[in-house]
Amino acid sequence: MKTNDLVTMLATGPAPGNAHAPTYRFVAAIGWGALGASLLMAILLGVRHDFADAMLRPMFWVKLAYVVALATAGLLALSRLSRPGARLAGAGLALATPVLLMWSIAAIELAAVDAAERGTLVFGRTWASCPMLIAALSVPTFAAMAWATKGFAPTRLRLAGAAIGLASGGIAAVIYSLHCPEMAAPFLGLWYLAGLLIPAALGVLSGPLLLRW
Amino acid sequence: MRANEDRLRGLLLLGLSGDARAYGDFLDALSSHLRAFFRRRLAQLPDEVEDLVQECLLAIHNQRHTYETDQPLTAWVHAIAKYKLIDLLRRRASVDRLTEPLDDEHDVFSSADAEASEARRDIGKLLEQLPDRQRLPIVFMKLQGLSVVETARMTGMSASAVKVGVHRGLRALAAKIRQE
Repeated sequence: MKTNDLVTMLATGPAPGNAHAPTYRFVAAIGWGALGASLLMAILLGVRHDFADAMLRPMFWVKLAYVVALATAGLLALSRLSRPGARLAGAGLALATPVLLMWSIAAIELAAVDAAERGTLVFGRTWASCPMLIAALSVPTFAAMAWATKGFAPTRLRLAGAAIGLASGGIAAVIYSLHCPEMAAPFLGLWYLAGLLIPAALGVLSGPLLLRW
Repeated sequence: MRANEDRLRGLLLLGLSGDARAYGDFLDALSSHLRAFFRRRLAQLPDEVEDLVQECLLAIHNQRHTYETDQPLTAWVHAIAKYKLIDLLRRRASVDRLTEPLDDEHDVFSSADAEASEARRDIGKLLEQLPDRQRLPIVFMKLQGLSVVETARMTGMSASAVKVGVHRGLRALAAKIRQE
């Protein structure tokens, strides 16, 4: 087929403008991913036993806002990176802001206690399992997001993979925060972030394979 | 260059609002720009140029929903053209033959080349490999110019199945090009 004929073929027929962005795919991916993560957590971990008490503490809501902000920043970056030539427009700032705020709170908390107690604030009781569990809970969302991104046209595949990892890790962290008993800012600023960075690193590695089109 | 951006963007926007003629003019002008862009960068692989132009046209058509109307068209087209060029070079594992840098996005509309050489890959042949539910809607609607209703009558498919068939068929065609 000659190029002219291809042009004619593409321009003929149903109105060229009838293609709508499959944004619903991202919505579906968030929904299915969050459902999958919730089921995984219900089976493996359960909700924290003092959930009702925890909800009365401001730090519970700070923690929730932190992970919601991280998930949102990942989604924002992903929605930019799914479109060819789109600028990242503030996605980096959206990602850095919750982290820097949490680190600021962490600095204040650390300064307020004796040196001997700082280790407890940083490591809590669950530092070894927390990043792994967040990464595990991110798996359903990661898969769903990769599928959703395939409906678009990412051209920077490693960055897009990283954004899928951050977004799915963020959603996983939201779900995990309902189980996790840790409330110290240094812990959240370090180990929750590590939990997001694991799927993000996997996204960087797998992006070129998963997202090619 | 600025004039090209404005003219092409105008044609695309008309096309996206349903003007098939403007859309055809857009693709036609675009193919000249893509050809010149790839010819310069594939000086060592001249036989690949026309295939890549066609692959890009199909990709741009299939991904037209990713164009945001407030975005410079140059940036969007350049990102796709560069992606497809690098993808081709990766597939051929010959990134080292790349002699020119690819980073100037304003370059893509700076020249045009209307003289098509023969494509080596025949998209018409690939089309024949598609299943009937995708192939027939494309043949009737996009090659013979029949309407949705006529195509539905000819194929015994529903109108929505016909439209889905065209959409999925063109995406399947793009996938077949990459598998070659």
